[in-house]
Amino acid sequence: MSLPPLPESAIEISAFAADWRSAVALSGEALARSGAAKPGYADEMIRMIEDHGPYIVIAPGLALAHARPGPQVLNDGLSIVTLKHPVRFGHAHNDPVRVVLGLAITEPGAHLAAVAAVANIFNDSSAIDQLAAAETAAEVQRIMGVIPS
Amino acid sequence: MKIVTICGAGIGSSGVLKVNAERALLALDLEATVVAADVNTVRTVAADAQIILTTEEFVEAIGKTNADVIVIRNLFDTSELTHKLEDALG
Repeated sequence: MSLPPLPESAIEISAFAADWRSAVALSGEALARSGAAKPGYADEMIRMIEDHGPYIVIAPGLALAHARPGPQVLNDGLSIVTLKHPVRFGHAHNDPVRVVLGLAITEPGAHLAAVAAVANIFNDSSAIDQLAAAETAAEVQRIMGVIPS
Repeated sequence: MKIVTICGAGIGSSGVLKVNAERALLALDLEATVVAADVNTVRTVAADAQIILTTEEFVEAIGKTNADVIVIRNLFDTSELTHKLEDALG
């Protein structure tokens, strides 16, 4: 089970986001920088939340921003944006969000291996705190178990 | 036994729920098929399911069902999942 690529270009530390929309937009921009998605993928990720609510805030302090596989996705990839100021998504229990994990998946059938690899990291409840406190992209990659290329 | 995990896209949160539900089932020494699906397909996918795992936002859209609907708050907290599954099955 391997984690989708998380290159340095897909990591932004201590970013400023005024609200959840801009936090998700930053996550989409990071996926676009690394070549995982087209810029329009961010709008699809935002639409998921507009349609279904803040359910992507799947753990305290962590949002899993994603949309469906489709033409906006170019390659499997992850992005991580840590927020300088935590942002509320409107979730009843897991707000405010400090870390936005962006996910782009090309094949619907292949997502489970990627998600299982993500779960391996975050089933350790300290991972979100560690990411929120990370000061460099290399540190984020180390927490995520990525070997920097 | 069949368990269906439900989210908006059928890939993100429902995938995390599936992976962690399988881990919880292993810890409980129970066997079940766990299927991840998006909320639009819940009627067909969950027609023969005993349990639906989801988050609060989808309870209303899932609507009336014969399955037990279990709401999970922290998708990465396997102990929350294990306890709630144990309660539903026990």
